[in-house]
Amino acid sequence: MSVPANTPSADGDPVEILGAGDMSRALTRIGHEILERNHGGEHLVLLGIPTRGVPLARRLAAGLAKVEPGLDAQAFVGDLDVTMYRDDLAHQPTRTVGATALPVAGIDGKVVVLVDDVLFSGRTIRAALDAISDLGRPRAVQLAVLVDRGHRELPIRADYVGKNLPTAAGERVRVLLAETDGRDGVLLEGARR
Amino acid sequence: MRHLLSTGDLSREQAVTILDTAAAMAATQAREIKKLPTLRGRTVVNLFFEDSTRTRISFETAAKRLSADVINFSAKGSSVSKGESLKDTAQTLQAMGADAVVIRHHASGAPHRLAASRWTDGAVVNAGDGTHQHPTQALLDAYTLRRHLIGLHGGADPTGRDLDGLRVAIVGDVLHSRVARSNVQLLHTLGAQVTLVAPPTLLPVGVESWTADVSYHLDEVLAQGPDAVMMLRVQRERMGGGGFFPSPWEYTRGYGLDARRLAQLPEHTIVMHPGPMNRGLEISADAADSPRSVVVEQVANGVAVRMAVLYLVLSGQDQTAGDLVAGQIGAHA
Repeated sequence: MSVPANTPSADGDPVEILGAGDMSRALTRIGHEILERNHGGEHLVLLGIPTRGVPLARRLAAGLAKVEPGLDAQAFVGDLDVTMYRDDLAHQPTRTVGATALPVAGIDGKVVVLVDDVLFSGRTIRAALDAISDLGRPRAVQLAVLVDRGHRELPIRADYVGKNLPTAAGERVRVLLAETDGRDGVLLEGARR
Repeated sequence: MRHLLSTGDLSREQAVTILDTAAAMAATQAREIKKLPTLRGRTVVNLFFEDSTRTRISFETAAKRLSADVINFSAKGSSVSKGESLKDTAQTLQAMGADAVVIRHHASGAPHRLAASRWTDGAVVNAGDGTHQHPTQALLDAYTLRRHLIGLHGGADPTGRDLDGLRVAIVGDVLHSRVARSNVQLLHTLGAQVTLVAPPTLLPVGVESWTADVSYHLDEVLAQGPDAVMMLRVQRERMGGGGFFPSPWEYTRGYGLDARRLAQLPEHTIVMHPGPMNRGLEISADAADSPRSVVVEQVANGVAVRMAVLYLVLSGQDQTAGDLVAGQIGAHA
């Protein structure tokens, strides 16, 4: 991309906020923060929220398994679909219901770290908290996001943030992942000066 | 999806979406807490002008599992027995704020009338009309077929797949069966090959124009090794004076699934029946209770499929109203 990073262009072209290298470093840092805060990875469960939270959770889990030799990346990562817990179902186009897959050991008594790409209004996370309470009773729930773009509508905050990105309400943050979009990157679209 | 009136209205993509959504719903029904908050605050009216046990209970269970409020309305003991018209009943329900109306009616086309009339703003779901359509039954049959037979040869997850290449025999009282009509259309859309097997007296006029093969000989069709055999109920209540076949015994001999015919079938073939079964008439106890019978599972799948249908007709319902609200930007939350 020819546009210099962090400089919104006048005509509203997408601006790349994070490149592949930045994203990888942010995820590595979040992984270390998770281990530090929870004194290791023994009781951790990472749950990715579809669509892009799922590959992010898998990457984080693979990263944790590298640092903590005792961890098996497959055994503590899962997917949490929150579609059926959303509060805006009647007002949005019909959403596809995704799959929920928990680690075999379940989530009771564990520390669940929710993983999502962008934290915006906080409503997805509220839905995720409701979904979790129907699935079990974790000891604690924490939240890791790649981008926090502000504009919260609920008293929810992230425990681990890859990048704090102040935005205007009309702008759009797009996270690209190699698994779903062919390459890594975070774009800010619709930026105006 | 605004209404679900006929399987003939569904495209392949829509049908596969319903089946995939049903699979997601079924996964939630294995949990300890089966109730989901998805349709909280929505009202589903079960409007039943014709007797039904399993379909009504299935829809009621589905709506309740999604936290909708359910109002059951049966024609017996209501104002309908005093002569109230469908229009007046529908307008009463509209005044009560029904978001979805699940209707079963003895007259073919009643759900279309309700959906096209604007007597109610709610989504209309056809739960069986006359001898016309019973789309949720066909969808649950397709779901059951897919679960058992797709991925059988490849061993994979059937999500996103249709029924391409499956061979299904539908046997018995096709003439009076809305289940058969709905299934022929849906299974054809999904790529399956359907063979109808019945005595000539129990086939409707114009059956040659349907997207299915027709045979009068059950043994010949079974010898070809179909992947599934769907037995239809002999609907004696719709046969009036009779004359459709000489005697129950002769019907069973020609078209009943008994132990001998069951033994001829390939190992993977499943036996289906929409219920309620006339044991000893179209299906023998050996066939109904055999391990390859999926009759009980069809009932369980019915709840998941109806949850999917209610979810799909009720989500996005206010979207046109929502579009008018400015600043609805950003898919992220």
